[in-house]
Amino acid sequence: MIPCSRAGNSERALADITSAPLRKTSLYENHVKLGARMVPFTGFSMPVQYSGVTEEHKAVRTACGLFDVSHMGELEMRGVYAGQVVNYLVTNDIGKLEDGHAIYTCCCNPEGTILDDLIVYRATKDRYMIVCNASNHDKIAAVFAAAAKEHCEFVDRTDETALIALQGPNAMRVLDKAGDVRHVLALPAFGFADARILNVDVTIARTGYTGEDGVEIFCPWDDAPRVWEGLMQLGQEHGIKPCGLAARDTLRLECKMALYGNDIDETTNPLEAGLAWTVKFDKGDFVGREVLMNVKEHGVRRKLVGFEMTGRGIARHGYPIKSAKGEVIGAVTSGSPSPTLGKNIGLGYVPVGNDAIGTPILVDCRGKDVEAVIVKTPFYKRAK
Amino acid sequence: MSVHVPDDLRYTHDHEWAKPEGGKVRIGITAFAVEQLGDITLVELPKVGTKVEAGKTFGTVESVKTLSDLFAPVAGTIVEVNEALSSNPELVNEGAYDKGWMVIIEPSDPKSVESLMDPAAYRKHLEAEAH
Repeated sequence: MIPCSRAGNSERALADITSAPLRKTSLYENHVKLGARMVPFTGFSMPVQYSGVTEEHKAVRTACGLFDVSHMGELEMRGVYAGQVVNYLVTNDIGKLEDGHAIYTCCCNPEGTILDDLIVYRATKDRYMIVCNASNHDKIAAVFAAAAKEHCEFVDRTDETALIALQGPNAMRVLDKAGDVRHVLALPAFGFADARILNVDVTIARTGYTGEDGVEIFCPWDDAPRVWEGLMQLGQEHGIKPCGLAARDTLRLECKMALYGNDIDETTNPLEAGLAWTVKFDKGDFVGREVLMNVKEHGVRRKLVGFEMTGRGIARHGYPIKSAKGEVIGAVTSGSPSPTLGKNIGLGYVPVGNDAIGTPILVDCRGKDVEAVIVKTPFYKRAK
Repeated sequence: MSVHVPDDLRYTHDHEWAKPEGGKVRIGITAFAVEQLGDITLVELPKVGTKVEAGKTFGTVESVKTLSDLFAPVAGTIVEVNEALSSNPELVNEGAYDKGWMVIIEPSDPKSVESLMDPAAYRKHLEAEAH
């Protein structure tokens, strides 16, 4: 799947020595050429937006968008025991995965709180790829490397692997023109396969972080510009737009996909974060199981809920959430205008008992209490 | 990077513009500020009659991703507010220097606007920020 044996990215070594300069993905020049506004993000200089977040967001909902997410971490675990080791480290059951299938999961610490959320890809029964958040790369790489010790082989492929997401209702039409991808078009959600597109050997997964149909394309670091430019060109007639981190955030928020560092972190557990479906207690022991079992038996104390602002204001991460009576009951974890709904939406934790749909709440927007109401999530779901 | 910096305005380090208009001063944010903010989704402005102090915040501009304070370029009293922005904040994106104006201040010192940066100084300030 991911091409092997390639010299490590020298910029990484340099960054380690000086510990200061931002790293660039291999698509940096492409972004600059396209007029992107570049911002520092988890040690990388990344495009936050090109033409404008609303326009990019809408392109993904109605046509298609192209994202550079090469900053994400790619880790490989291989060997006869690799599957068992990975399954012990994550909450979902990868024992049930078939070759060429991936699964979303949490990775917890022994206290049952979330170290990261991951996608685990099973290439073969002896070979797994783990995609982790860039912000958690070092932490997760250390956890997996330590667990692998003596049991299986751990390889960090982050520096040699670029990742491009092609998302939106027209995504598969664009991909179809890039090479022989019939087998990819036939994949179910979370399926993945090797393919050759635009003269580059890639691995294509039917995954994404936008709530739309689409794929994520893993390719060798230095080949990413060829894939990016090819897809941009082929996508012209399908309304493709390059999309930045800002649109990625509003797209995922509308679908209530958790963002690590905002909605989930080492102080939250999967059960209160609405990720109970990723915790499989019956699969055998795993890190955090005992504590999470206890939480499950006693019930969670708070829940991550979605809300819509009914008053005039935009909720932002960290703003206090108050009951209708004005008492602080929680905090906003994510908030933004929703380009699809034309409303201001957000996520936050509130105590169980205050979490029912329709419950009026207040969001303290920098000293001003703005009315909001708890609503059903996801805020947006694509028509099948 | 080159953004539009009209010659008939004065500027602040916080990327606001001020336009003297018969003893009063019209205030807005510059094209550079708009470019940095992206799609503007909410503008909070004070009520007419509010007294403002130079350099102190008098309102906020929120885009999809960020929130920025508005700082009064000069001390005085708010005498007019661009009410259209409350329902159409995107007017700021459409015209930073015209339909996206924010407030009109009656300055306590009519000469205070002269202490603000002229276009040449603001262009230099932008160049410095770019590096």
